[in-house]
Amino acid sequence: MQSNAALEYDYTVAKLFTYTTILFGILGMTVGVLIAAQLAFPELNYLIGEYGTFSRLRPIHTDTVIFGFMLSGIWASYYYLSQRVLKVSMAESKFLMFIGKLHFWLYFVGALVAVISLLLGISSSKEYAEFEWPIDIVIVLVWVLWGVSMFGLIGIRREKSLYISMWYFVATFLGVAMLYLFNNMAIPTYFASGGIGSIMNSVSMYSGTNDALVQWWYGHNAVAFVFTVPIIAMIYYFLPKESGQAIYSYKLSLLSFWGLMFVYLWAGSHHLIYSTVPDWMQTMGSIFSIILILPSWGSAINMLLTMKGEWNQLTENPIIKLLVLASTFYMLSTIEGPIQSIKSVNAIAHFTDWIPGHVHDGVLGWVGFMTFAGLLHMAPRMFKREIYSKKLIELQFWLQTTGIVLYFTSMWIAGITQGMMWRAVDEYGNLMYSFIDTVAALHPYWVIRTLAGVLFLSGVFIFAYNMIKTITSSKELAQEPKNQSPMAA
Amino acid sequence: MFHWLEKNPFFFAVGVFVVIAFAGLIEILPNFAEASRPVVNLKPYTVLEMAGKNIYKNENCITCHSQLIRPFKSETDRYGQVSLSGEYVYDRPFLWGSRRIGPDLHRVGNYRSTDWHENHMLDPKSVVPQSIMPAYPYMFTKTTDIDTAYAEALTVKKVFATPYDAPNGTKLGTLDEGRAAALEEAKAIAADMKNKDVKDAVARGEIPQIVALIAYLNRLK
Repeated sequence: MQSNAALEYDYTVAKLFTYTTILFGILGMTVGVLIAAQLAFPELNYLIGEYGTFSRLRPIHTDTVIFGFMLSGIWASYYYLSQRVLKVSMAESKFLMFIGKLHFWLYFVGALVAVISLLLGISSSKEYAEFEWPIDIVIVLVWVLWGVSMFGLIGIRREKSLYISMWYFVATFLGVAMLYLFNNMAIPTYFASGGIGSIMNSVSMYSGTNDALVQWWYGHNAVAFVFTVPIIAMIYYFLPKESGQAIYSYKLSLLSFWGLMFVYLWAGSHHLIYSTVPDWMQTMGSIFSIILILPSWGSAINMLLTMKGEWNQLTENPIIKLLVLASTFYMLSTIEGPIQSIKSVNAIAHFTDWIPGHVHDGVLGWVGFMTFAGLLHMAPRMFKREIYSKKLIELQFWLQTTGIVLYFTSMWIAGITQGMMWRAVDEYGNLMYSFIDTVAALHPYWVIRTLAGVLFLSGVFIFAYNMIKTITSSKELAQEPKNQSPMAA
Repeated sequence: MFHWLEKNPFFFAVGVFVVIAFAGLIEILPNFAEASRPVVNLKPYTVLEMAGKNIYKNENCITCHSQLIRPFKSETDRYGQVSLSGEYVYDRPFLWGSRRIGPDLHRVGNYRSTDWHENHMLDPKSVVPQSIMPAYPYMFTKTTDIDTAYAEALTVKKVFATPYDAPNGTKLGTLDEGRAAALEEAKAIAADMKNKDVKDAVARGEIPQIVALIAYLNRLK
């Protein structure tokens, strides 16, 4: 393989993760629409007995979307682009192929077991880390396998210099490993008590305020290292590839990368403003959240400026449209978060719907669009067929964009409404509303939010159909497309 | 320097790790000794309360209910005294929640009774007509896992030196003693309830989940 001929890359593992991205996307978001509807129409809590209540399903929604849909999309992209930027094929090492496949299958089985455990009502009640200790061990193994896979490939690379995307993948690996391990430190009570009770139960190593600190150091930064860092890795590869444009500025990417790494971890305590956590930590959380605008916008602006002089592509190529709007939603979300971290704003926003509103403009607009764009870019190259339909991508794009806008606007209004009602007092200084008044007031917004979810989910189904058609029956390609992905009208 | 790092993945990874680990060292570790002191007269959970806490945990009640009263007049008027760090010392995990779809519960034991919870858990709308909370009828028939709760209490006693069996504290004793104490406590709660299945079960020596959950909710003060 020392000739100048192009390398033949092996996409076996990338394809497997592509399938689970679609599968978990549909599963997680369908549950999401259901629980959104449950708030507006509580009768929907009783569809499948005890297994269908909001409280059982909500962690299934969040975890399936984060660790199912997003992580699959991240790993599909990783197994596709790491070979290309390192200039080495996975097929060159039998060992790495084996590790890659093992990584996928252990992940897939682990994910199914995790969903079932939540459905059965086994939960540690730590948000986005609800899994009990046996599943945590599987998750750690999966993560180690990815590490072996990645550093193994880096070890046999031909291109000595790591491309920007690889910086972000390495950071994802290290960041999540550190956060997940520390946050899930727990002692299984069965063993500690000498064999009494359930084997699944465990008790957290940290208590009360300390547990809250560790949890939100994790919770916030799981967002950083799953919703942000690897997604930036993806856009740094897919945007220049799809558009044929070079990254606008290397210096800006350096500043953004190291800035993001240093600043992000401090901001976790903004989830604990006005709690029993010491005041200085809350203030640090606020301040660093504001500083965080710099590296976040640094990356986003770098992406938008990469398109300088080529904005016509926005009208011609729906994948570029997804990528550019993803960057734009990233900017929206990373200015909104810091605003919510300001103490006086947080006093109103905390505990309200504004928070899920903020999360969703980030995850639907930024992570979702980036994942769809990445998969659409990879499909013609992995399956050697053109994309089945450009019209369907356009339709998906508009349905989902409308859905996202409806989602966050309704949640902004709902959140601020409820926050203001909780603190409203009459002329004598007494509270004006009972708690249930503030719940009843949200009904119309919850209906709109459900509708928004239905729109976005329809887009996911259209995407799934488009992908399946592309994989199975679209026109075959004689050679690999260079930049713009070929697609039938 | 950056060009060099990009060609040397090992040192690159070390560099990234140092930069991301920094914040945790400075922001999180120093608080550990400080915040773990209990407020005066705080007692560890009884076995039955612990079992109730585990139901609260496993059913993810935190998805809708907070246990954190913030220092605002509007919150102390509505829910009671502001929450203190020392009140959470025996909470593993912490159960503050992040979204109030329902009201805060940190001091719910001050203003709701066994009877109110019984009606509310079986049919929330019978107590709060506009309620959107799901009913939990299966908690009236499913039996509580007392052994696991005992195992948890024993674990925190052994590993974290939680003061069980200390003077004026909560008695834990052996597994049989723990079971018996839980049943006694359950009987006192069932006496205030009207559901016949629950009363019969407790008379037989079985403790339905609802009884343990109410024991836990009544303790939140």
